Amino acid sequence: MLEIKNLHASIGDKKILDGLTLTVKKGEVAAIMGPNGSGKSTLSYVISGREDYTVTQGEVLLDGVNLLDMDASERANAGVFLAFQYPLEIPGVATMTFLKAAMNAHARANGQSELQTPDFMRRVREAAQKLGVSQDMLKRPLNVGFSGGEKKRMEILQMALLQPKLGILDETDSGLDIDALRVVSEGVNALRAPDRAFLVITHYQRLLDYIKPDTVHVMARGRIVKTGGPELALELEKSGYKDYVGEAA
Amino acid sequence: MTLQRTSAEAALAADYAARRPVLFGATKMRDDAMARFLEAGLPNRRVEEWHYTDLRARMNEAAPLRSADAAAIGAARERLTSLELGEAIVVVMLDGEFNLGLSSIGARPQGVEIGSLATALLDPANADLIAPPGLGEADSIVSLNAAFVQGGAFIRIPANMRVERPIALVNLLSGGPRHAAYTRSFIELGVGASATVWEISENSGGETQANDALVIKLGDLAECDHIAQVHHRGEKSIAVHTLLATMGRSARFDSFALVKDTGFVRRQMFARLEREESHIGLRGLSLLRGEEHADTTLVIDHAAGHCESREFYRTILDGSATGVFQGKVCVRQGAQKTDGGMKSQALMLSDDATMYNKPELEIFADDVVCGHGATVGQLDDNQIFYLQSRGLSRAEAQSMLLQAFAQEALDHIADETLRERFASEAHAWLSMRSKA
Repeated sequence: MLEIKNLHASIGDKKILDGLTLTVKKGEVAAIMGPNGSGKSTLSYVISGREDYTVTQGEVLLDGVNLLDMDASERANAGVFLAFQYPLEIPGVATMTFLKAAMNAHARANGQSELQTPDFMRRVREAAQKLGVSQDMLKRPLNVGFSGGEKKRMEILQMALLQPKLGILDETDSGLDIDALRVVSEGVNALRAPDRAFLVITHYQRLLDYIKPDTVHVMARGRIVKTGGPELALELEKSGYKDYVGEAA
Repeated sequence: MTLQRTSAEAALAADYAARRPVLFGATKMRDDAMARFLEAGLPNRRVEEWHYTDLRARMNEAAPLRSADAAAIGAARERLTSLELGEAIVVVMLDGEFNLGLSSIGARPQGVEIGSLATALLDPANADLIAPPGLGEADSIVSLNAAFVQGGAFIRIPANMRVERPIALVNLLSGGPRHAAYTRSFIELGVGASATVWEISENSGGETQANDALVIKLGDLAECDHIAQVHHRGEKSIAVHTLLATMGRSARFDSFALVKDTGFVRRQMFARLEREESHIGLRGLSLLRGEEHADTTLVIDHAAGHCESREFYRTILDGSATGVFQGKVCVRQGAQKTDGGMKSQALMLSDDATMYNKPELEIFADDVVCGHGATVGQLDDNQIFYLQSRGLSRAEAQSMLLQAFAQEALDHIADETLRERFASEAHAWLSMRSKA
């Protein structure tokens, strides 16, 4: 499903991704772990098309199509979804207006007709209920005044509505207490499907207790340095990243 | 120091001398005002309050006054229909003169006095009402208005009356050959009265010079919502609007102005909070593009304590437009417990646009809470990316953020119908931009 081949990317003069190669199969949940500054968040931004980064080499293929030829919105409509580490507050944009615009953009891009309002409302209500997103939150401007946990739930709500092929969770556990972590993880787990892959980027093992990965990849110095099964995450929890950071020094 | 008069100033002096015998009433007010105007001349860069809006440079020539002919009246009637004023009580000034035929004041509640300024000034006692002493007197454009005023509405709402329908004051300039118009309207809300005043000022293009003043007197406990929309098309048009408001105890005045499709406009508001516990809120949205120039200048005089003032203005600038915001809050020595908050925020869509933000506080009391904030910025790339990452195109994302920026200002309009009407006008302006 997702094939990243020899990806090099930089921001300004600073090289961040340095020949990263990674394959994630359909239905797979791949965890990316790594120390601070290893390029994890950059990877999520480069896949989803943030313009601040320059890709100097390599390919990112989703179902064989090179994402690097598309802008961020085209990638989103092709099935990439990034759950932000720090979801943006957008004052003045009503959450429901935003959700409808996003869902209609997907519908249009995929040759479907735009959603009728009752259908839209029903889908939002159902998804919101599962994630404990209150009607009050839906009435507010997007993410404005939301707590950290509420913002993350709103991210997962959007993912549930947009039904991506690839969900990227960027440090979704940061700023969450245990209860919020459980709700968010259950939301993600409910979206696991044979034709959907996840890239779960995290610094800590904790999140992986709730979202069980199929594969674990250690990232350091802009590339994947080790790949293994779920046991690798436990190992890291004990030994830390010092083995991988050490090489950089 | 007396500067040499410009040709426009000389023409105004000659025109005043020629017209003086035929101008209705209030001769002393006019003469005094004209003397003040001639002393100061047209406002220009050397006058601090007009530093960013150099009217002397803009106004090369003084346009002549004129009375509307049958064709102009016909065109005005059509325009009034297309304005869809709904159930409003409509008072029309055409080319500076009060026009009863175009007005529809039949729906006014019994006891509400609505008439022509000219008629009201037959009673000399009324002259003081339309020029509140000490309010805006130092401004030469206000003086010019007082000297030349051709007509206006004179409205009095008796104590404790709630006027449910909006009172629409429509100032139309018929355009065509270059001409000027001077109106001054007066609205008094008696003790405990309330009303919504909807001011529409527009031309139909051309080189018009409009100088309008609105004087609002709020009695104790009176409440007024004021909504203004300004459309003076034409690269060479000039529009100057002055609001002079005095407020009694526990009175409330909330004003919102939408400025768009206007070549060159100065809106200036002078408000005096004369008794305790009153509230004033001045807000607005200006949408500027091309070579347009829009200036909003406020002077709030907290003359009594325990009052609250709020100002909130947003400006979107495109092309090589110029925006000016000057907000001055004066708190007099005795005006303790004043609560003042002022904000002006501008969003620049072009490198060639210019915004001048100048908040000022002058505080002589020691127990007050006053703050101000002024920002000039661009659309946030992080927000754009966030929206794009959900599938919205870049243009859609920008448009959504611009709508949001405008909407946060529009949300201050209390009347739902007017709020939606203004929102759709702002929307149309913004979508024209995204098509361009």
